[in-house]
Amino acid sequence: MSDIQSETDLVYVRDEMLSQSPPPHRESGPLGWLRKNLFSSWSNALLTLIALYVIWIVVPPLIDFALVQAVWSGDSRDVCTTINQGGIQPNGWFGACWPYVKDYFAQFIYGRYPVEERWRVNIVFALFVLGVVPLLIPAAPFKSMNLIYMAIVFPVAALLLLTGGHMEFESMIGIGRELAPLGSGLDFWIEYALLTLVVLGIGYAWARGTGAPAGGLLKLVLTVMLALAAVIFVLSLDLGLEFVPTSIWGGLLVTLVIAITGIAASLPLGVVLALGRRSDMPIVRFVCVVFIEFWRGVPLITVLFMSSVMLPLFLPEGVSFDKLLRALIGVALFSAAYMAEVIRGGLQAIPKGQYEGADAVGLAYWQKMRLIILPQALTLVIPGIVNTFIGLFKDTTLVLIIGLFDFLGQIQSSFTDPSWSTPVQATTAYFFAACVYWIFCFSMSRYSIFTENRLRTGHAR
Amino acid sequence: MAVQDVLPSRKGSSGFSALNDQRVRGVIFQVLLIVAIVSFAWWIIHNTAANLRAQGIGFGFGILRDSAGFQINQTLIDYQETSSYVRVYFVGLLNTLLVSFIGVILATIIGFIVGISRLSKNWVVAKAAYVYIEVLRNIPLLLQIFIWYFAVLRLLPAKRDAIDLGPFGLLNIAGWYAPNPVLGRGFALVAAAFIIGIVATFVLRAWARRRQMATGQIFPLFRVALALIIGLPLVAYFVAGFAFANPPFSLEYPTPGNFGPRGGLRVFPEFIGLLMALSFYTASFIAEIVRAGILAVPNGQTEASYSLGLRPGHTLRLVVIPQAMRVIIPPLTSQYLNLTKNSSLAVAIAYPDLVSVFAGTALNQTGRAVEFILITMATYLTISLVTSLFMNWYNRSVALVER
Repeated sequence: MSDIQSETDLVYVRDEMLSQSPPPHRESGPLGWLRKNLFSSWSNALLTLIALYVIWIVVPPLIDFALVQAVWSGDSRDVCTTINQGGIQPNGWFGACWPYVKDYFAQFIYGRYPVEERWRVNIVFALFVLGVVPLLIPAAPFKSMNLIYMAIVFPVAALLLLTGGHMEFESMIGIGRELAPLGSGLDFWIEYALLTLVVLGIGYAWARGTGAPAGGLLKLVLTVMLALAAVIFVLSLDLGLEFVPTSIWGGLLVTLVIAITGIAASLPLGVVLALGRRSDMPIVRFVCVVFIEFWRGVPLITVLFMSSVMLPLFLPEGVSFDKLLRALIGVALFSAAYMAEVIRGGLQAIPKGQYEGADAVGLAYWQKMRLIILPQALTLVIPGIVNTFIGLFKDTTLVLIIGLFDFLGQIQSSFTDPSWSTPVQATTAYFFAACVYWIFCFSMSRYSIFTENRLRTGHAR
Repeated sequence: MAVQDVLPSRKGSSGFSALNDQRVRGVIFQVLLIVAIVSFAWWIIHNTAANLRAQGIGFGFGILRDSAGFQINQTLIDYQETSSYVRVYFVGLLNTLLVSFIGVILATIIGFIVGISRLSKNWVVAKAAYVYIEVLRNIPLLLQIFIWYFAVLRLLPAKRDAIDLGPFGLLNIAGWYAPNPVLGRGFALVAAAFIIGIVATFVLRAWARRRQMATGQIFPLFRVALALIIGLPLVAYFVAGFAFANPPFSLEYPTPGNFGPRGGLRVFPEFIGLLMALSFYTASFIAEIVRAGILAVPNGQTEASYSLGLRPGHTLRLVVIPQAMRVIIPPLTSQYLNLTKNSSLAVAIAYPDLVSVFAGTALNQTGRAVEFILITMATYLTISLVTSLFMNWYNRSVALVER
């Protein structure tokens, strides 16, 4: 018995698991990774080699130009030219000329904005960052205050600081001109008061017609008109700031002014157009479709040409528009059409039940849109709006064709300065410009992806 | 009961108004809109007329018959300085269409290659495609045009020492001197053979399809079509060359000279710069569209077709791509339109496109802003609408047919 017992004891039974052994050498480590991802087959290996070759002809020359061969300091064109061209670099040298960019850096940002007034531009930039950064961080508090700041306080402050204020407002239809002494500045205010009365009258008539209580509506109209009057009054004050005409603005300042005003103007206009395109009223719908398709069917260049040469013809004699303002109008109308299509996409994505639910609760059209539909639709299309904004930001470069000096235009105009004119100047400047535009656009597109991911969690199961 | 009691009394107290009827409100609103638009248009026309009168400029399209009096370096049709503005218009339009057409083809090819590379399992290829897309689409197109034209093409050697591209001609700072096709006497025969080959392919395809429906046998259409389209003209080429004792089609190569290459077909650097920038830029957008389209086809479709026994090549061609195309085509259309519209940036480097010569030079010469810009805008609008119509028609023909 015991023999048998001992015999069975001797039978080998594993009582613990063997620890996992590492994968075979050829499947693991960097070598295994290479084999799996790059050289899994002949065709794959060939593709890898082609890709590496393409990278090889593009990347090293760029690094060589921008960093290795580049000149970092100096104060004249001599440091950036070869001996043959009258400089100090060996013949055949080809590298970036960074001292030129350093020398022109301020002009690339401010254009010909007077040097002693540039602090005003800096304050505007700071105010913008102060407002926009918390707006972009979802967790930051006081969103509605923030929005009011960005929509009202910032634009007024920026306009005041950048132009210097004490703008002159003239009478619009000429009634005021006959009632007030010339040059007193009163003519505008007389007409403004008349306009307020007319608007109040229309509001009252509408309230009587629909049988709604008139008090609330009139109070709202009065508040808006008074607020507008306050803004106009502040802008016409002389705060001791020197007046800087827009014709000498330039550089990144102009780029940002056009991009930000463009988006600010096109967003509400786009909402109205998108709602109009989905309206039940056939004429409203037709007008919106024609408007949207017209602007989307023509290139921005022709729009800018139109705003620069035709807009002055459209206005009554003697009334002239600022060149920058004309470009802004063109850009805003153009991007409003694109914005309208983005927002239409959002409106179409809202389930019908939401519309019907709002109707069932008894909300009027504008209440339904303001409280139920638009908040959902706009959140849905934030990535689309950001993409439109990126497009708009890139398109601001086109204003250089109608003679405005935006960032790229300023760079282009710096080529005429003989003190830095070298064969590498254009290449350096364009490399620099490409980096700046790329940083702006790429970070915006990253932000759009970030919001997209953040909003997607709401639909996760 | 209670509601019925309350309602009439409320109506009575506040006075029923037509303004409370939604339909009446709609009509009032639309009438107001029409009035506003008409009066706005009238105001603009009135102002414009007054301004034009004050400046002593008339309005009318008669000026288009006047002689232009300026040179254009690249023209597809016959053009002299004495030609009329109408001819300037057509020169510009054809140049716009030329750069757009070639640009669309190039952008589609590059875009599809990059888009598919982005999905490749090969790490280097996928990452390179990703970097290409992110760099190219985040830099303004105008800047890219400048980079190609002022930074890249300016690095080319001077006129006398051109780079020899072998079979592709010569390249220097003044442009690309491509081999110029010279047509011989028998060329009509070759062209006819080519057309016959294409027609025969279509007939063959219909026959092969019917046969496959009936018998299930697959005809090797691709190989036969290739033989028909390439082989037939090739045979015609030799036959014609033999019969007329000179080749029906030959290439005239440019020869380097002291004052630049002679002969060949000169392609201007403005054209190359614009074309490169347009196609590389648009390709980055097309690549993302292609990627999204392929990802939109559920993996189950591929698995199902494998389980039916289809090979990977057939699966891709017959199952995945047709479904991906449905997602790809609508946004692809708008990219084609964008490319066409963006070709107007040519004005920045003086490529003689429509905007550059017609809304630019000709407008400045005559001062007739209204007429010239209206015509230009109408032209682009027409191109846009025609392209959309065509692509919508094509889109409908490939769209999913539901009950």
